[in-house]
Amino acid sequence: MTTQSPGRPAVWPGLVAVVAVAGFCYLFLRVEHQWAVAALAVCAVVAVLAVRRTAWPALAGAAWSEHPTVLGWISLISALLFIALFYENHFALLMLATVMLYSVACLGLTIQFGYAGVVNFAGAAFFGIGGYTAAMLTLHTGLPHLLVIVIGGLMAGLIGSVLVLPLLRTRGHYAAVITVAFAILFKSFLEVNELLGGPQGLKVPGLRILGWSFNSNVELGRDLEVSFYASYAVLSLALLAVTLLMVKRLERSWVGLSLDVVRLDETAAAVFGFNVAWWKLFAFTLGNVCAGIAGAVYAMMIGFVAPASFTFAESLILVSIIILGGVGNPIGVLPAAALVILLPEKLQVIQEYRFLLFSVFVILVLLFRPQGLLPRRLREYYAGWRRA
Amino acid sequence: MLSCEKLTVRFGGLMALNALSLQLHEGELLGLIGPNGSGKTTFFNALTGLYRLASGNLAFGGRDITGFTPRAIYDAGIARTFQRSRLCLPLSVFDNLMVGNHRKLSRGLWFNLLRRRRFRAELTRQMEFARTLLRTFNPRLPQRLFDAAGSLGMIDRRRLEVCRALIGEPKLLLLDEPSAGMTHDETSELMDDILAARERIPGLSIILIEHEMSVIERVSDRCVVLSFGEKICEGSYQKVAADARVQEAYLGVE
Repeated sequence: MTTQSPGRPAVWPGLVAVVAVAGFCYLFLRVEHQWAVAALAVCAVVAVLAVRRTAWPALAGAAWSEHPTVLGWISLISALLFIALFYENHFALLMLATVMLYSVACLGLTIQFGYAGVVNFAGAAFFGIGGYTAAMLTLHTGLPHLLVIVIGGLMAGLIGSVLVLPLLRTRGHYAAVITVAFAILFKSFLEVNELLGGPQGLKVPGLRILGWSFNSNVELGRDLEVSFYASYAVLSLALLAVTLLMVKRLERSWVGLSLDVVRLDETAAAVFGFNVAWWKLFAFTLGNVCAGIAGAVYAMMIGFVAPASFTFAESLILVSIIILGGVGNPIGVLPAAALVILLPEKLQVIQEYRFLLFSVFVILVLLFRPQGLLPRRLREYYAGWRRA
Repeated sequence: MLSCEKLTVRFGGLMALNALSLQLHEGELLGLIGPNGSGKTTFFNALTGLYRLASGNLAFGGRDITGFTPRAIYDAGIARTFQRSRLCLPLSVFDNLMVGNHRKLSRGLWFNLLRRRRFRAELTRQMEFARTLLRTFNPRLPQRLFDAAGSLGMIDRRRLEVCRALIGEPKLLLLDEPSAGMTHDETSELMDDILAARERIPGLSIILIEHEMSVIERVSDRCVVLSFGEKICEGSYQKVAADARVQEAYLGVE
């Protein structure tokens, strides 16, 4: 290695980490045989446990906090390459896009629960509001679809504001119960509402942006046909990148500080002039908008919305993703979402027992690593700010 | 500058504060003493808007502040510390200081998310400001600027809490038993710091709740003694210490 000035961590451990993660994901998505999938999963656990004993996590972490822009771009480009590698594989692309859209929704929960401490056990409901809004608007109006996605997010934010009053008057368990009630209410409301398709749900037309239909395969040349899911995967990636950037910047600013204080000590926050109610409203609404936008895109990709996809159990999955990832760490959401969504899809054996397994997994994490797989670290306002 | 008229706070049938009237002049350090449960902290909570007054009036700097929210009272220039430390322990020392300085930070979403260069300039200014303030309390504290507040020792936590209250440049500082949980030497060290801070900030008024009588004797200009929510005595330390009712409240009657 070239000589490094002692103060500034090198960028290459971060690169190695990106390559290793991407390589593993590639293998995991490629293998089909059940035993091979299981073997890979075991290998991953062993590898993580082994690497934890070395200096590598610290090196990679330092590289990331020192060179976030470079490594961020590299990750984005690798993700695009990744999508390109699976260009003809419907299933892999669908999985990728699903993981990314769920991550966007969980980033919304991170703003709510991780930063401002506002619990939300109705994440799937807000995801669903985005989806149903997209369904109704594309079926009954001629609004441009990009606008429809945005409106889906805004609707989730708006309907969420109904909950704000009771949420501001309660704390802790009681606030949680309110969101649980909303999640259950939402599903019942959908099931009895004929206009929204009742228990059968609604078909959603595919996304169409500037005359380009997302739901037809793209033909490049004579023999090269790209799966239509690739367009959705690229869109989801763009959405994820923008949301992640926003959430990270939010944390690295006075806004993030305000949200943290509101979570940690409401009394101190009030005494030091923070508008506690405003910050809770802000975080709750922004988080729901994220979930709504993700839900709108998801509904268009899947092609239908039904009450069964937006149950309280699905909301619990979203919450377990942020707990597994490390509450308040937006980056932790990504591996956790991948784990929770990909593993049962790839390992068909687990499918039926997925809730049982998740419960066991969440309990194990809470017992042995309560801060999650990637715990949140102290705020860094920008790379290298400690030297300023 | 602070004038309290017949403050009354009730918790159900309990009179936590009973018609307490109190005046404070600019630049004065008032010692507030009294046995446990006599209403000292209740008085602070009522003053900072955390408890609602059943009756009475509050005026600060010539302005009526009765019924103000905690936020409005902070904006009017009253800052406090808490008896049981209320620092945000998982946050860094710098973040904790910025909590107290929150009035002077640009909180707009647009600025925070998209004007990162200007944000960085503001951040650098604030870091310099924070270091300067910490240095006046303990020359080694600025080095801990990026450590979690929870990693500090007890006395530095107390210092940080006082700094957090001072950094917003309040006109009135309320100190709720800053010596709680500290040794005798640490207490005296902290009091030196507070007296020094008072020297540096002309016009700063302080109300200090304290159990340690030697501390009160050393630092306060005037004392007010509370018992069962009522003011039973007021005056210089010597006068108060000699008062029969005060001795009775503290020691009981023979």
